[in-house]
Amino acid sequence: MAERPAKQQKLDASTTPANVIIQFQSPEGEATGPQLDVPHDVTPEQLETLLNGLLQAEERLPYSFFVEEQELAAELGAHLLKHKVSVESVLHVMYQPQAVFKVRAVTRCTASMPGHAEAVLSVNFSPDGRRLASGSGDTTVRLWDLNTQTPKHTCKGHTSWVLVVAWSPDAAIVASGDHSGGIWLWDPSTGKPLGQCKGHRKFIASISWEPAHVELPSRRFCSGSKDATIKVWEASTRRCLFTMSNHTQAITQVKWGGDGLIYSAARDCSINVWAAADGRMVRSLKGHGHWVNTMSLSTDYALRTGAFDHTGNAPADTEAAKAAAKQRYDAARGGRPERLVTGSDDFTLFLWEPSTQKQPLARMTGHMQLINQVTFSPDGRWIISASFDKSAKLWDGMKGAFVATFRGHVGPVYQVAWSADSRLFVSGSKDSTLKVWDLRSKKLLMDLPGHADEVFSVDWSPDGESVASGGKDKVLKLWRR
Amino acid sequence: MPQGEHIELHRKRYGRRLDHEERMRKKEARSVKKRAAMAQRALGIKGKMFAKERAKEKATMRKTIAMHEERDKKHKADDGQKGSAVPAYLLEREQVERAKVLSNTIKQKRKEKAGKWEVPLPKVRPVAEDEMFKVLRTGKRKKKEWKRMVTKVTFVPPGFTRKPPKYERFIRPTGLRMNKAHVTHPELKATFQLEIIGVKKNPNGQAYTGLGVVTKGTIIEVNVSELGLVTPGGKVVWGKYAQVTNNPENDGCINAVLLV
Repeated sequence: MAERPAKQQKLDASTTPANVIIQFQSPEGEATGPQLDVPHDVTPEQLETLLNGLLQAEERLPYSFFVEEQELAAELGAHLLKHKVSVESVLHVMYQPQAVFKVRAVTRCTASMPGHAEAVLSVNFSPDGRRLASGSGDTTVRLWDLNTQTPKHTCKGHTSWVLVVAWSPDAAIVASGDHSGGIWLWDPSTGKPLGQCKGHRKFIASISWEPAHVELPSRRFCSGSKDATIKVWEASTRRCLFTMSNHTQAITQVKWGGDGLIYSAARDCSINVWAAADGRMVRSLKGHGHWVNTMSLSTDYALRTGAFDHTGNAPADTEAAKAAAKQRYDAARGGRPERLVTGSDDFTLFLWEPSTQKQPLARMTGHMQLINQVTFSPDGRWIISASFDKSAKLWDGMKGAFVATFRGHVGPVYQVAWSADSRLFVSGSKDSTLKVWDLRSKKLLMDLPGHADEVFSVDWSPDGESVASGGKDKVLKLWRR
Repeated sequence: MPQGEHIELHRKRYGRRLDHEERMRKKEARSVKKRAAMAQRALGIKGKMFAKERAKEKATMRKTIAMHEERDKKHKADDGQKGSAVPAYLLEREQVERAKVLSNTIKQKRKEKAGKWEVPLPKVRPVAEDEMFKVLRTGKRKKKEWKRMVTKVTFVPPGFTRKPPKYERFIRPTGLRMNKAHVTHPELKATFQLEIIGVKKNPNGQAYTGLGVVTKGTIIEVNVSELGLVTPGGKVVWGKYAQVTNNPENDGCINAVLLV
């Protein structure tokens, strides 16, 4: 018995080599610096220091490290043992830059704002994160003051449920679409209507504005409706510029991409790509076997926030702001064409590169119920899908590989929203709770009960300060740190 | 017994009477009055049978009329506009009609601690022991009288194992065992068939509670997980109390009201 521990120790020493030869790799797969001989108990923080030195960065930037697609969370040696990675050859360690700022998880409800007389159907923060708009079943759009957490303006005009609310990327106009097909434009600073766009005959499912780096005082937006058409509107004259109709069933979502293309998902199982300049159909992406419910672009976050950075500031000058938006968009694109992910009633997701090819990059299976929402992380590296099977799943945003499942909700997950730094996300569910999840540990970070009924809509402000949620219980809740 | 189809044959050869159509029309027109007269005249079981028949006819008539009206109506296919508002992603989805308002304000636990219930039926008729139990005579000469048979509906938990029959004092007949109850949610005015989890309290006494006897006024615990109720903390509620409102032994089913 006395010999046993000594023997054990010896065995340990032989299985964990004292040193490991590693080679840093950029996300694109290029080698960075020479091969390094590091001790096996090196931590991610130490690797970060090492890499910052290698890259000769002026200020220390945060990185996350991946060994064979697995994120390095603990000491290198322990990680290698756990995942049974061979150290016979050079170990390639891929690094991924993280956001330089950190969003802190929301922990409590700071305000329950009553006002709506019916269920809150859509909640949206402005691109600068300073204002909040909500659409409700009581046919009004409400604008809220985030500093005092009180209602600011009530916009009346719609005749039926306000299903979608969309901010223009310069935060100057709010467009809202209703259940009878009407679209209204509002001035968010005064709450006065700017005008009405008539044309759709059935309910508006989605509205998307032209990106800021293309046109800066935002001018055009597109809307998708149940009448199977997509219309592009001029906001200043409220005229329909052109109509795109090739879908045979209700449009579920439209996206105005940054590459001069408009994407539309519909219940006829197809995703169409249109030229934004003239409405010509470029290609049709086929693959789904049932309704396509949702889609997301890898550049969504950059397109949404436009010229505003994570503090909510943008250059005052139009040209400079346009250039800033362009820069942010290019950074989000990362030298590759933008990717599109779609989620469907057939329980699968598809990853596309719609500007170049009509074949999908990947088909992602695993959900057991329909997928209600899918979103790319702000850095475009991850995909979260929210499903009626009570779970959210995390996928690799580049290749479409499955990473993790987030279980915890007891009802269908309706909506998910990312924090600006891509480290956290929040999910809202039919079970009346919101849950904040941590990407690094892949665990539940915070459970946020408080709603009295289903949570229909969730949004995390682009400045990371607060989360807003609205649901069937008619109150809008703000959650903060 | 008719030998051959004489009437048909005659009709084929010579045709019908010339005024046949007219006579049939008149007969048909008079039949209503004739029927009414018969309805008034019929007494006793005949009258009852007639009334029942007529009621059936009227019901089908009403249904057909409603169906025709539906077809004639030129209304738009309204898409849930009248109900509560739902977001775009839930429109036209086959929603399970849940008809629920989450009662988050239920302080059921606190009430339970206080031991007080505001129940829909505060007072119940006391059930005497000789009504509740039937004495069974046992033994070879049938002179022992220590066995009792429960004459009311009982709930027996699924995992129950019988004692050896020799020592079983109380017999709960399988024919009177029930494990489902029709529970009405008083706010929603909706009724659900729910599984019984247990008998919480029988107002007639602790002994009956222990035996799982379900009489009018008994508090039972039912499984409400399919109603989708959630506590303020976001946990699913699965057990809630309900009070029995009927006499299950007479009706063959348990009707209850949910206590909220």
